[in-house]
Amino acid sequence: MAKQIIFALTMLITLGVFTFTAKRLFSYFKFTKANFPIRDFGKRFMVMLEVAIGQTKIFRRPVIGFFHALVFWGFCVILFGSVEMIIDGLFGIEKSLKILGFLHSVIMASGDVFALLVAISILVFMIRRIFMHISRFEGIEMKKISHQDANIALSMILLLMLSLMGMNATYVQLQTAAGETIFGVYPVGTLLAKLFGGLSTNGLHLAYEICWWAHILLIFIFANILPYSKHFHVFMSVPNTFLTRLEPLGKLTNMDDITREVRMMLDPNAAFEAPAADAPISRFGVKDVEDVSWKNYFDSLSCTECGRCTSVCPANTTGKLLSPRKIFMDLRARMKEKGPSMVKNGKDFNDNKSYLRDYVSEQELWACTTCNACAQECPVNINHPTLILDMRRYLVMEESSAPTGLKTMFSNIENNGAPWQYSPEDRLVWTENLEMKVF
Amino acid sequence: METKKIEVPVMADLFARGEKPEYLFWVGCAGAYDDRYKKVTRAFAKILSYLKVSYAVLGKEESCTGDPARRAGNEMLYQMQALQNIEILNGYEVKKIITICPHCFNIFKNEYPDLGGNYEVINYIQFLDKHIENGSIKLDASLLDNAKITYHDPCYLGRGNDIYAEPRSILKKLTNNFVELERNKSFSFCCGAGGAQMFKEAEPGKKEVFIERTEEILRSDAKILATACPFCMTMLTDGLKYKNREEVKNLDIAELIVQVLGL
Repeated sequence: MAKQIIFALTMLITLGVFTFTAKRLFSYFKFTKANFPIRDFGKRFMVMLEVAIGQTKIFRRPVIGFFHALVFWGFCVILFGSVEMIIDGLFGIEKSLKILGFLHSVIMASGDVFALLVAISILVFMIRRIFMHISRFEGIEMKKISHQDANIALSMILLLMLSLMGMNATYVQLQTAAGETIFGVYPVGTLLAKLFGGLSTNGLHLAYEICWWAHILLIFIFANILPYSKHFHVFMSVPNTFLTRLEPLGKLTNMDDITREVRMMLDPNAAFEAPAADAPISRFGVKDVEDVSWKNYFDSLSCTECGRCTSVCPANTTGKLLSPRKIFMDLRARMKEKGPSMVKNGKDFNDNKSYLRDYVSEQELWACTTCNACAQECPVNINHPTLILDMRRYLVMEESSAPTGLKTMFSNIENNGAPWQYSPEDRLVWTENLEMKVF
Repeated sequence: METKKIEVPVMADLFARGEKPEYLFWVGCAGAYDDRYKKVTRAFAKILSYLKVSYAVLGKEESCTGDPARRAGNEMLYQMQALQNIEILNGYEVKKIITICPHCFNIFKNEYPDLGGNYEVINYIQFLDKHIENGSIKLDASLLDNAKITYHDPCYLGRGNDIYAEPRSILKKLTNNFVELERNKSFSFCCGAGGAQMFKEAEPGKKEVFIERTEEILRSDAKILATACPFCMTMLTDGLKYKNREEVKNLDIAELIVQVLGL
C-alpha cells in the first residue's frame, strides 16, 4: 500500500509540474496570429503516418536515419509497457496487461527487443556527437547549452533503456528462481537473466524493484526536463506533422489585408463595397513574436535542432550568415523571453527588443534564395521560408528597407513592368526575324 | 530545305479578329529581354509553330508577374502587378497558360488563384513531355551523338512543384548518356538566383552559391548541362565562364529539342 501511495504522489507531482510548464508554453499561442484553417483531416492523417510514423523524411539520410527510426519506433512500443507500469504502480498489481494474453506477449517482447536496439542507437548518437565532427551540429546558433541539452537527453534515454533491460532480466530470473509463471516474452531479458544468476530470491526481488523504480522515475523526470529543452520535440513533432502546411512548397501565403488595400487603389469605387478588415491591421509582416502565426510557434516547439535544414541551405553552406535552424531556435527563445511579460502586461508589452534584429539579422534574411531545401528536408515538416518571407515583408513594407539592388528592381517593375529597365515596347523584339526550317 | 518566317500571334490582334487561341504563351521578362534567354523563347516558339499549336502572346501588354517583388517582401507591388495582369488575362478570357520560366509558372499556378486568377497553368517542360509521349515530337538520340547530358533542377519546378520526372524523361530520349548530379531531384542545390537574389548582390560569405553548383556540374563530367529556368541559365552560364569551362554547354531543354528536330 505504501508503494502505491508513493507512486501516486510522484506521479501527481510529475503531472502537476508538466501541466504547469506545458500550460505556460501553450499560453503563448494566444499572442500568435491566425494561419491556414485545419481541414482535410484524412490527408493530414496520411501525412502524419508517412512523415512521423513512417519516418520518411528521416530516411532521406538512410544510415543515421535508420537509427533514429529505431529510437522512434522503440519509444512507440515501449510506451505500452510504461502504461502497464503506471497501472501496476497505482493499483499494486504486477503485469496488469497480462489480461491481453497473446497481445501482452507481443508488447513485452517488442519492448524488450527495442530497448536493446534503442540503447545501441543512442550509443551511436553519443559517439557521433562526442567523438566525430559532424558539421551540422555546429553553427553560430549552437551554443554550449545546445550540446549539453543533447547529451543530457541522450544519457537519460540510455539510462531509461538500461533500467528497462535490467527490469526485464531480473524479472525473468526472479520468476524462474521462484518457480513462478513469466508473463510476457522477453528475448533480451532471458539472455541477460543469467547475469543475475548469483543473486538470491530476495536479492533478485530488490534488484527488480530498483530497476522498476529507476525506470519509472526516469520517465517522470525526463517528461519534465523535455519542455525545458529542445527535446520537447518528443511531444510536438508528431502533432506538427499532422498540422503540416499542405500547400505546394512553392506557394506563399496571400496577405489579404494588402489585397483589400490594392483593390481600393486600383478601383476607388470598390472602397465602399470592400468588407472591413476583421481586426485592425497592426503590422505588415513579422517583426516580433506577436506577429508570427500559431504554426510558426508550433514549428519552433517541434524543432530538435538536428540541423538538416541548415546543412542543405545554399546560403549557409556557402558561408552566409543565414541558418534556417537558427530562425526557429530564435523564435522559441524570443517567445520564452517575451511571453511571460506579455502574459503579465498584455500583448502590447514592449521591452525595446524584437525578434527581428535582436535575434535575426537583416543579413540573414536577405541571404535566403527561397529554394525550399530546408522545408523539404525538415523531418517534422517545419516551413522556414514562409517565416523568413514574413520578416522580409515587414522590412520592405513597414520600413522600406531592402538592399539597393532590390529597390532598383521594385522601381523597374513599377515604372516599366519588368525587373530590369527595359521598355514594354521592346517585349516583342525576340520575335523579329524568327524563321524555322520546313521539311 | 526551305525556311518559313514565323509570325508570333499577339493576343490583341487575334481578339480584334474575333479569334481565341487555345493557349496563352507567357513569355516572361527574361524570355523577352535577356539576350541569352531570348534564344530559348525563340526555340520554344519554333516548337509551337512546328506543332501547329493555337496560341498567342500578350506582347506589349505583358508585365512582370510580380514574383521577384513578392519574394523580396514587397507584397504590395506584387499584388498590384498580379491584379492588373489578372484583369488583362480575364479580359482575353484566357483559360490555359504555358510558361517557360518556373517562377512565372509557380506564381500563376499557386498564387494567382488567391487573387481570383484561375487558369490551367502548364510549364513548357510538361507540355514538351506530353507531345513527346504522344508521338507528335519524335526525338532521335543519335543526333546529339549520345552526348553526356546532366540536368540541374530549378527549385520552383522541382521542390516547389514536384516536377522531376518530365525533364528526365525528355533528356533520356535525347541521349543514352544521361547522368544525375550528386544532388538531384528533391535534394537539388539552388543556383543561387531565387528569392530575388538575381537582382541583388550576394550577402557576404565564403563562396558564391552558383560556383558551388558549377563545381558539382563539372564533377559530373557532362558535356551538356540542361536547364529549364532563365535564372539558372544565367547563374550557371556565369559559373562555367568563371571556371573557364565554356566547352561545357549550358542549354535549355527547348533548345536541345529544336537542335534534334533540326528546326
